[in-house]
Amino acid sequence: MMATLPFTAASFNRFLNEKKLMASRCPQCDALYLPPRAICPKCHGDQLEWVETAGQGKLAAFTSIYVGPTAMNAEGYSRENPYVTGIVELTEGVKISARIIGVDAKNPAAIKIGTLMTVEFLERGEGEARRTFLAFEPANQKQAVGSQ
Amino acid sequence: MVIGSKSLSRGVAMVGAGMCKFGAFPDKTSRDVFVEAFKDMRQSVDKGFDPEAIETLYIGNYSSDLFEGQGHTAPIMADSVGLTPRPAVRVEDACASGGVALRQGIMAIASGLYDIVLAGGVERMTKLPTAQVTDTLGTAGDILYEIPAGFTFPGFYAAMATAYMHKYGMTPEHLMHVAIKNHNNGALNPKAQFGVTIPAWMQGRIEAAKKKNKPVPTWKDEWEFLHDDAANPMVAWPLRLFDCSPITDGAACVLLVAQERAREFTDNPVYLVGSGQASDVALHDRDDLTAIRAAQIASQRAYEMAGVKASDIRIAEVHDCFTIAEVIATEDLGFFKPGEGFRMAEDGVTAREGARPVNTSGGLKSKGHPVGASGVAQAVEIWKQMRGQAGERQVKGDIPLALTHNVGATGSTCVVHIYERR
Repeated sequence: MMATLPFTAASFNRFLNEKKLMASRCPQCDALYLPPRAICPKCHGDQLEWVETAGQGKLAAFTSIYVGPTAMNAEGYSRENPYVTGIVELTEGVKISARIIGVDAKNPAAIKIGTLMTVEFLERGEGEARRTFLAFEPANQKQAVGSQ
Repeated sequence: MVIGSKSLSRGVAMVGAGMCKFGAFPDKTSRDVFVEAFKDMRQSVDKGFDPEAIETLYIGNYSSDLFEGQGHTAPIMADSVGLTPRPAVRVEDACASGGVALRQGIMAIASGLYDIVLAGGVERMTKLPTAQVTDTLGTAGDILYEIPAGFTFPGFYAAMATAYMHKYGMTPEHLMHVAIKNHNNGALNPKAQFGVTIPAWMQGRIEAAKKKNKPVPTWKDEWEFLHDDAANPMVAWPLRLFDCSPITDGAACVLLVAQERAREFTDNPVYLVGSGQASDVALHDRDDLTAIRAAQIASQRAYEMAGVKASDIRIAEVHDCFTIAEVIATEDLGFFKPGEGFRMAEDGVTAREGARPVNTSGGLKSKGHPVGASGVAQAVEIWKQMRGQAGERQVKGDIPLALTHNVGATGSTCVVHIYERR
């Protein structure tokens, strides 16, 4: 199946539902793309292939958002209940925007760029509206939770 | 990378420039503020002119569709100032729409197709509640991969700020210097939305509390005020309310003509000698989160076209949609080295009296940011400053060369123009 899915957001989201963070690779120049691209901007090759990332990386940039858009407000976030979002650089070298969980949104000064992160898949909504969102949480936290 | 850097086939001059007062106007639509800007521009043409001479219009507008439910903005603007049946084109590149409309006007004249062009911009944003304004501006980001992560526009620039702080040791206090400086300038601009200094703003809050018999705040100075979570609430850490440009209604327009016809309109034209534009990928896809590559490329192209260098530029209006954006802009444009920009506002280098005045108009921060109009309003400030008509905020001495820098979204568009007085 993996080889046949087109390089679209729908495919990317379908993989997220399967708890896979998928990138696309250009076999001609070996460049990796996340989000997946259908055409390689380096060599303009258009025969890319899906590859699964290891889902590990480090925090490259972040913010704690106190004034959110409608969709995040609907999830219960507000000035009193801010959320963290950021950009994570994966060990494969590509970067992606994602929700950052397992950190204290009310104390953003304590969140450190360079923190090792592990992928998480957040399921929101029900039935037709069900959707998986990409998230990352600090890797040490994940281990701590896993060892309980 | 291949981006053409050929020169214009013929020269272009700005012979008039005007804008409405920026602000929040519940009873005005886009066309009302555009009419005001047009009338202001008309009065600015030294020798007067018959609007009948205008041959075409380029109108920067980001999203009148979502902001006020009105699409197909360009012919409506043309109609509002009596200029149909001339071709009227809406130009959309997010918050760079105005600057790109200006560039389209320049290219239309340089092509030889037209001699006299109106380039304008308009946005009416305050009709929507803040959350919906946030949503509408968010559509300038990547709705498939950035917005689902929860990003907002303050959030994007806040993330750039955290990367910048980490790399260069900047603190949120450094950013406050940018806001204080731009409000100092905007206080001298009668067209500014928040044309008041931050100390005066603070004093206003104290007076208001006294009048209403409410608890009187005890801020010692503007620094205490800016650190007060109630007075200056967090929007997207580390950016607070006073790090963000406001939501604004406004319009601006300029009259561009073929260089050889400039003297029909004025003996004191401002020449457009450089224009550069570039695009870029989503923020997360960039190698460097502490610079805007499109701004670096656009400015290099503009400098090459004009045959000048960054150090030749006397004043600049840059896209300070957030305080961090001004810091990064001054580095991308080559005014300062990477990692030095944040100290320049602190040291007064970018103040009106400094060596390199930036945003003498008050910038987007204090003047206001009607997104589709901002790029054109920057040109209006340059017009006034270069001709010595900027009143109390006039920069001292000659201004032979000036620059405007207008960014769309997180820098997925940037357009830079260079202006010359001969």
